[in-house]
Amino acid sequence: MTPVIALSLFGIVNLFLGFSFKRQSLQVVTLLFIMVSMALTAMDWNHEYVWFGNMFKTNNLSINFSLIIQLAGLLVVAFSNGFGKDEVYTQPAEYYAILLFSLVGAILMVSFENLIMLFVGLEILSVAMYVLTGSDKRNLRSNEAALKYFLMGSFATGFLLFGIALIYGSTRSLYVAGIMYSLSHTAPESLPSFLYAGVILMAIGLLFKISAAPFHFWTPDVYEGAPTIFTMFMSTVVKTAGFAAIYHILDMMFGGLQKNWIIVVYFITVITLIIGNISAVYQQSAKRMLAFSSISHAGYMLLTVCANQPSTSSNILYYSLAYTLATAVSFAVIMVVADYQRGRNEQPESFNALNGLAKNNPDLAFAFTIAILSLAGIPLTAGFWGKFFVFNDMFNKNLTYPIIIAVLMSAVGIYYYFKGITSVYFNSGSIEKIHTPVLFKIALWFACISTLVLGIYPNLVKSIF
Amino acid sequence: MYLLFVLLFPLLLGSFLLIAKPAKAFSLALGGSIVELIVAVLLLCQAKEATGVTEFIQPWIPEAGLKFALFIDGINGVLILLSTLLVPFIIGTTSNSEKSADARYLGLILTMQAAMLGAFMAKDAFLFYFFFEASLLPIYFIINLYGGENRNPISFKFFVYTLFGSLFLLIGLIYVYLRTPGEIPSADFETLYQTASILSIKEQSLLFLAFFVAFAIKMPMFPFHTWQPDTYTVAPAQGTMMLSGIMLKMGTYGVIRMIVPMFPVGIANWGGIVIILSVVGVLYGSIIAIQQKDMKRLLAYSSFAHVGLMSAGMLTLSPEGIQGALYQMLSHGINIVGLFFIVEVIERRTKTRELAQLGGITQSSYFLTVGLIVLSLGSVALPLTNGFVGEFLLLKSVFDYDITIGIIAGITIILGAVYTLRMIQKSIFGNASKVTSNFEDLTICEKLVIIPLSILVIVGGIVPSVILNYSQPAVDLLSKWIK
Repeated sequence: MTPVIALSLFGIVNLFLGFSFKRQSLQVVTLLFIMVSMALTAMDWNHEYVWFGNMFKTNNLSINFSLIIQLAGLLVVAFSNGFGKDEVYTQPAEYYAILLFSLVGAILMVSFENLIMLFVGLEILSVAMYVLTGSDKRNLRSNEAALKYFLMGSFATGFLLFGIALIYGSTRSLYVAGIMYSLSHTAPESLPSFLYAGVILMAIGLLFKISAAPFHFWTPDVYEGAPTIFTMFMSTVVKTAGFAAIYHILDMMFGGLQKNWIIVVYFITVITLIIGNISAVYQQSAKRMLAFSSISHAGYMLLTVCANQPSTSSNILYYSLAYTLATAVSFAVIMVVADYQRGRNEQPESFNALNGLAKNNPDLAFAFTIAILSLAGIPLTAGFWGKFFVFNDMFNKNLTYPIIIAVLMSAVGIYYYFKGITSVYFNSGSIEKIHTPVLFKIALWFACISTLVLGIYPNLVKSIF
Repeated sequence: MYLLFVLLFPLLLGSFLLIAKPAKAFSLALGGSIVELIVAVLLLCQAKEATGVTEFIQPWIPEAGLKFALFIDGINGVLILLSTLLVPFIIGTTSNSEKSADARYLGLILTMQAAMLGAFMAKDAFLFYFFFEASLLPIYFIINLYGGENRNPISFKFFVYTLFGSLFLLIGLIYVYLRTPGEIPSADFETLYQTASILSIKEQSLLFLAFFVAFAIKMPMFPFHTWQPDTYTVAPAQGTMMLSGIMLKMGTYGVIRMIVPMFPVGIANWGGIVIILSVVGVLYGSIIAIQQKDMKRLLAYSSFAHVGLMSAGMLTLSPEGIQGALYQMLSHGINIVGLFFIVEVIERRTKTRELAQLGGITQSSYFLTVGLIVLSLGSVALPLTNGFVGEFLLLKSVFDYDITIGIIAGITIILGAVYTLRMIQKSIFGNASKVTSNFEDLTICEKLVIIPLSILVIVGGIVPSVILNYSQPAVDLLSKWIK
């Protein structure tokens, strides 16, 4: 619980620091804040605590999720570079404060013990994301994205709330423990049928957040319209927190009712895999491709949720970590290249804009390649093991057809991911040396080397998950 | 520990060349690869004397039961010898070209060697898979950075095609691995053999297909070969040598190491069809090779034809077939690297590979003529050359399996002679053409590659027993699973 309080306080402090501090020093301060909060999170390791009137519970699983979320936040802040040189129209203090607040929301989502707490966490996170999506006020696309995200997001929240209400109605409790007690002490025949509707509605509300098809329509537009740095945040933090919540609800709370929800989730998973991968093939914009790739990765992670094995939680953790590191790096490289190309190229975020990056920027090109390989799931990178563990789970559950679809879709994935590598290394283009700040470099190499290390020796983190 | 050295040394040297880009890249890479060869030979001798298997085992992912396990037995010993033997020559072939100073190029070759050695030495099936896939990355970059015209789509097709195939291998492997006995599953080859032998017939047949698709694409085998001629043609000379000399053998090795002992029942079900497909591939490859105008493309199809015979021999499940395939892997590697190098030498001097434009080189270069003839005869499988031993054993096994298929496969020796002799005739005999009139003799470095390779062709034909005796115990051990 300490990190929740600490992050909220730090966020407020950050707002005041904005009056006197420069952008770069604000960035450093925010980084320190997140590190402190990570340390506070890690201190609870191996203890189970309950807070806020039993509505909030920390255990090793939630601590792992919180750490991955904060690591993602750390990477985003490190890549942010004080939000550019635009002195007039960007307010770094506010952005950093909102980022910290949204981390609070994400942590609530991964350690809720009461459905209201889940709802509060989700709203804190979502409202912060609506604001950040629209933060590029003069950009029409950014405004459009924010409005779209807000409208669709509030609609999905409605579903979630409706689901919570139905579950409350049928089990007379909002507490996870209470619901599970009620489920285990009621004969399955006497459970009201609207309970199942409630579970599905809750799942839909959350599936929207992790952009599973057919609730994904907002994703490409919002990812593309939002400033890249916030897209990075959205695709890492929101997704990890969303998956933690989905796992908690579907596999832990309603694992016993699996036969009731599995068909729907199954269907959604397969559709997500197919739509995410096939649509990504047609994208010209690298950023938009990553948006679809994020949809397809949601599909892979949902597969392990469907399998619901004892190893599922650790696999989701590993997958989230691998995905977070790789996505952060690829967005970061696209971001700096787009900054450079703005004004030189009509579409600074397209694949063409990346042409010839390797010539004068071998470091950026290498990091980007590693990240892309990891997303594509090629051995030597963390992404490979993520997929490997997911496939393992599915086999344990004998999910043969989804495996075949997942394998086919991984092959499709190679196609669009390698477009990025091709433009970076093999197409000719003229990109001069791009200068990046020290913090950016550190974060880039940290994420890149972690991806490789986890790819060669996954046990490093797998043993603690 | 030698095992670990053999795996890591080329990897570290290659990464050093890639990162530091030192000035004397060529001598470093060549020296390094020779050291590697010496250590590997020492290791192989040691492994033979130790009678058992030499191993290096460390836990890798204990929760999942995966081990970082390397070993040497008679079967992969041949392939380790092949890959460490060929790489010094392949690096030697860059001499006198701008590539010899290119640290990145040599670094990629060495890292690729390391990945392939890893695949050959792995004792854990997932470690094998890991290296099997990882070896694709260096060659993808070699083709894409140094290849010829149209390299981008071609290398892309190659990459997606082979990766797609290996995904089937991955799911097949996971399927068997999760059925291994014990609390934690294990992916050790021995355990997998045991587990696979108790699977039902239906499972065995399906798994056989999943595994086979992966290796058939890698080899490549008819009808999965469409990536191969283009890729071989467009890759730079050394890349083609790596592909055809060593990488292709990962597919055949995979068949021997995994499919043969794991799914004898699956082979009994599908083997007939697959052997027929292999023989169709042999004929098809040979007939297309006869019509080729481009020397490199001709060799690509000839390589395709040779692999077809190897896979047919292996899948008969007879010890001769496996022995023959092993020996043929070694000799095919040596011959094809030599031949591709001669094509490269001719192309450097004449700027063309078109048979129609060549001819009349015999007068100007004695060593090239002899080298080309010896290597080609090895490839045609003339007695007293290394090709004969392997091809004889393979054909014998196919004859024993089914006499009709055997006779059809036997025709390939004639077809092979037709396309090879046609190539020799059109490329070096006859009258000198416009481009070959000023053909310079071989330089000392080029001779240093061609002469030893030609000698190896003859030596391999006269004393095959050294290698065959080396692999015999391991093949016998493997045959134990085929029942």
